[in-house]
Amino acid sequence: MNTGVIRPTSGFWRSLTIQKRVIRALLMREIITRFGRHNVGVLWLIGEPMIFTLGIATLWSVAHLVHGGGGIPVVAFAVTGYSSVLMWRNSVSHCCNAVQQNINLLYHRNVRVIDVLITRVLVEISGATASFIILSLFFIAIGWISPPVDLALVLGGWLMLAWFGASLALTIGSLTSYSRIVERLWHPTAYLLFPMSGAAFMVEWLPRGLQETVQYLPMVHGVELLRKGYFGNAVRTHFDIEYMAMCCTVLTFVGLLLARDAARRVEVE
Amino acid sequence: MIHIDNVSKCYHTRFGRRTVLDRVSLRLERGRNIGILGRNGAGKSTLIRLLSGAERPTSGRIVRNMSVSWPLAFGGAFQENLTGLDNLKFVCRIHGVDYRPLVKFVEDFTELGIYFREPVNHYSHGMVTRLAFALSMAVEFDCFLIDEAMVVGDVRFHERCHVELFHKRKDRAFVLVSHDPNVIKLYCERACVLVDGRLHEFSTVDAAYEFYEGLPGGPVTAPVEV
Repeated sequence: MNTGVIRPTSGFWRSLTIQKRVIRALLMREIITRFGRHNVGVLWLIGEPMIFTLGIATLWSVAHLVHGGGGIPVVAFAVTGYSSVLMWRNSVSHCCNAVQQNINLLYHRNVRVIDVLITRVLVEISGATASFIILSLFFIAIGWISPPVDLALVLGGWLMLAWFGASLALTIGSLTSYSRIVERLWHPTAYLLFPMSGAAFMVEWLPRGLQETVQYLPMVHGVELLRKGYFGNAVRTHFDIEYMAMCCTVLTFVGLLLARDAARRVEVE
Repeated sequence: MIHIDNVSKCYHTRFGRRTVLDRVSLRLERGRNIGILGRNGAGKSTLIRLLSGAERPTSGRIVRNMSVSWPLAFGGAFQENLTGLDNLKFVCRIHGVDYRPLVKFVEDFTELGIYFREPVNHYSHGMVTRLAFALSMAVEFDCFLIDEAMVVGDVRFHERCHVELFHKRKDRAFVLVSHDPNVIKLYCERACVLVDGRLHEFSTVDAAYEFYEGLPGGPVTAPVEV
C-alpha cells in the first residue's frame, strides 16, 4: 500500500533536492489556487497588462501626445514599460504576507519560509515573462510594433529586471513578517515608484539634473537596457548595469538574511 | 533519534516576553515512544510545533535523525480551496512520494466518497480530521507527532486510527502529548510531565502519573474512554 519509509536527510545536495521538490509542489499548488482548475485565471496574466497597454496606446493616440524622444512607437513603449513594472511590482506584492498566508504549510517539515517566498517570486516572474512575450508577439503579428532590434539586449534587460524583482520581493516579503506596516507602506511606495521607474519615460527626455536622480533607482537601468534592445539606435539610452547588479546583489543578500531571521521568528497558530 | 537539547521557547506578548518552554531536553530513539503529560497551557502544543519544525526554538537545538511527521490529524496544514485529492498530491510531492498507489487507501480510510474530489472548505470538521489522519499515514514517517486533543472523532474513527498507528506501524517512534494520563498509560512506554514549561522525566509511566496527580490543583484525571 505504501511506498518506502522516507529517510531524513542531510548534506547540501540532498537539501537541494528536497528544496527543488518542495518548490515544485508549492508551485503546482500556487498555480491551482491562483488560477483555478479551469485555466481562466491564467488568461488574466495576459489580460490585465493587455488591457493596460491598449488603454495607454489609445489615450496617447487620442491625445496626440508626441514625446520628446520622437518617433518611438507608443505601443512598443507601453509594452516594454508596463511589463517591466509588472516584474518588480507583482513579485513584491505577492510576497507581502506570503509567509503569513502559508504559515500552516510550515508544519510540513521540509517547507521553509524561503521556499514560500521563492515560489511566489517564480510564479510572478513567469507570469510577467509570459505576458511580455505574448503581448509582444501579438502586437508584432498585427503589425503595431516591429520586432526587437537586439534580442540579446532585451533578454539581458529582462533578466536584470527579474533579478531586481526577486531580490526586492525577498527583502520586502520577509519584512512583512515583522510588521503589518511594511505592507501598508509598500502599496503607496509602489504607486510612487511606478512613474519614476522608467516605465513612462526615457531617461534622455528628462532634464539633466533629474536624469541623475532617477538613475539612483536600479530598475531604471533595466528598463533602459530593455528598450535599447527593443528600439536599437532609434533611442538614446542611459544605463549602468554594474550599478544595477550591485544594488541587486546587496538586496539579495539582505533579503536572504531577513528571510532566515523571519523563519526564526515565525509563529504558527 | 531525536534529540531535544536544552530548548527554550519564548513568545512576545503585550505583557512582555513569556517563556513557554524552559530549557527542555529529551531524547527519543528510533522505534521508541514517549508520552508527554501536561495541563492546558503547559507548553505541549508548543513542543509539538518545535518538533515538527513549524517553529524554531528561541535557544537550544533539536537534532532529528528520523523523518518526523506533522502533528497527526492536524487539518490546519491543508489548503482549504484545494480538494482532498489535491492535498494528497501536494503532501506526497513535498515528501517525494508517488501519490497514485495511495489514492485508494486514502479514499477508503476517509470514506469521503465524492467529497474526496471537492474542495476541503466544503468538508465538515470530522471529514477534515479523517483526511488529515489518512494523509499522515500516507507518508511513511519514522516518527509520528500526536497531539491527542487534535484527534477527535467518533469511536469507529478512533478504532481505525488505533489499528493504523499502533498495529500496522508499531515499529515507529511517536511522541504523544495529552492532558489525560489514561491515554498516555494506554499507549506509551515512558512518560514526562510538562509543568510551566519545565519537563520532568520519569522512567515509568506510573511514576509520571503519580507526579501528575500530585500536582497542586488536585487530581486532573477525568474518566475518559478511548
